Amino acid sequence: MIRIDNVCKHFGGLKAVDHVSIEIAEGSITGLIGPNGAGKTTLFNTIAGLYAPTSGRIYLDDEEITGLKPHQLFNKGLLRTFQIAHEFTRLSVVENLMMVPAHQSGENLVNAWFRRGLVEQEERQINQRAMEVVDFLNLGHIADEIAGNLSGGQKKLLELGRTMMVDAKIVFLDEVGAGVNRTLLREIGDAIIKLNREKNYTFCMIEHDMDFISRLCDPVICMAEGAVLAEGTAEQVKNNEEVIEAYLGRGLKNKGAIA
Amino acid sequence: MSFLSGENMVGGYGGADILKGCSIEVNEGEIAVIVGPNGAGKSTAMRALLGMLDLKQGSVQFRGNDISSLSPQDRIAEGIAFVPQTSNVFTSMTVFENLEMGAFLRNDDIAETLEQIYELFPILAEKKDQLAGELSGGQRQQVAVARALMSQPAVLMLDEPTAGVSPIVMDELFDRILEVRQTGVAILMVEQNARQALDIADRGFVLVIGENRHTDTGAALLADPEVRRSFLGG
Repeated sequence: MIRIDNVCKHFGGLKAVDHVSIEIAEGSITGLIGPNGAGKTTLFNTIAGLYAPTSGRIYLDDEEITGLKPHQLFNKGLLRTFQIAHEFTRLSVVENLMMVPAHQSGENLVNAWFRRGLVEQEERQINQRAMEVVDFLNLGHIADEIAGNLSGGQKKLLELGRTMMVDAKIVFLDEVGAGVNRTLLREIGDAIIKLNREKNYTFCMIEHDMDFISRLCDPVICMAEGAVLAEGTAEQVKNNEEVIEAYLGRGLKNKGAIA
Repeated sequence: MSFLSGENMVGGYGGADILKGCSIEVNEGEIAVIVGPNGAGKSTAMRALLGMLDLKQGSVQFRGNDISSLSPQDRIAEGIAFVPQTSNVFTSMTVFENLEMGAFLRNDDIAETLEQIYELFPILAEKKDQLAGELSGGQRQQVAVARALMSQPAVLMLDEPTAGVSPIVMDELFDRILEVRQTGVAILMVEQNARQALDIADRGFVLVIGENRHTDTGAALLADPEVRRSFLGG
């Protein structure tokens, strides 16, 4: 579905992404792990059109999308969430969700004045979808809360909710789990699996919680220093010596020693 | 009596109350962890201890004194340090300058503290002249914790120190936190990596909608099937 062919993204002398070639298969939930500073988010940003790659090509369903802008990719069904939530702080949760669908008829001045019925009907549909998303994510009690007042974890849920407002083909999730309660994260995992199976969404996610990754992702790709370090099933990657050395570690040293 | 405690705290940021009578405490040489669902008021409870919101009811006690009416900066001078979840380093300053800023309220010689900090966080000694904004996420978290320690606090409060850091860095941070506890500092953390955090906690608080739901030792909470199912993801 997505093919990344020998992509580099350099910032001055820093090779944030260095000759990366990977494929994300249609219908897969692909996990992307790696140490802080490995280039995972930069790779996401390059695929999602925030940066043009320094070199290399990116394809979506065999169509080249290298250098397309985020809104062009959005219209092709490629969505992403941000590690740091980007909500409209002064709009409510529901209003934030209702902002997502593009080309709403109310955006057109003529429609807004002379075709109230159409605009209102569409708005009702979008509102209904937003309420379904809100229920799905257990945000019902704060549906009308101003997004700026949400807790850190609730903002992450809203980020995920935004991707559920349109029919996406592929969704890139940048650390949805960071700062989210683990029981809720399990439920988000269920939601991702459901979207994947029932709506045939393809996912690619950056995540640090290995339980979450193991449960959802196949394959798992580990990056380090801008390049792909390992690729395989979660089990294979977890047992890869280089991955343990660079990323997973071997547990606490001090717990036994001090306590 | 505990070293630092918030008792029966009620309050919020102006709208509805977020804290509805919750109590949190921590003692010297102890790690206490607050866990709970998103929006339960964990960060708010910690901010209340620091004085960043006005309590309608309840009080904050520190070393046997009621400090409820002190401003945050006065509480920091009393020996409470806080590391927020985001924006917790000065990105346009070097690591060394960040550490200097942490000692802003001190008038004595900071050389010895600096040496201890570099011993605890060797990576910071290596990168002391580099801008904090150029460091990776995990390294920044170490700068933030180290900056807080520069004021030689008696209590260190951390809001999700391991959010977004890799497993190996999480272990490293927790290893450092265990070392800090060894020096007699009281440590209070909010954590979503709750299993790992409770594993090193002497005391754990589960908050739900601004109230205490469970309070016990870290080990006991980890062993409680109801806590595991509802808050730790099974």
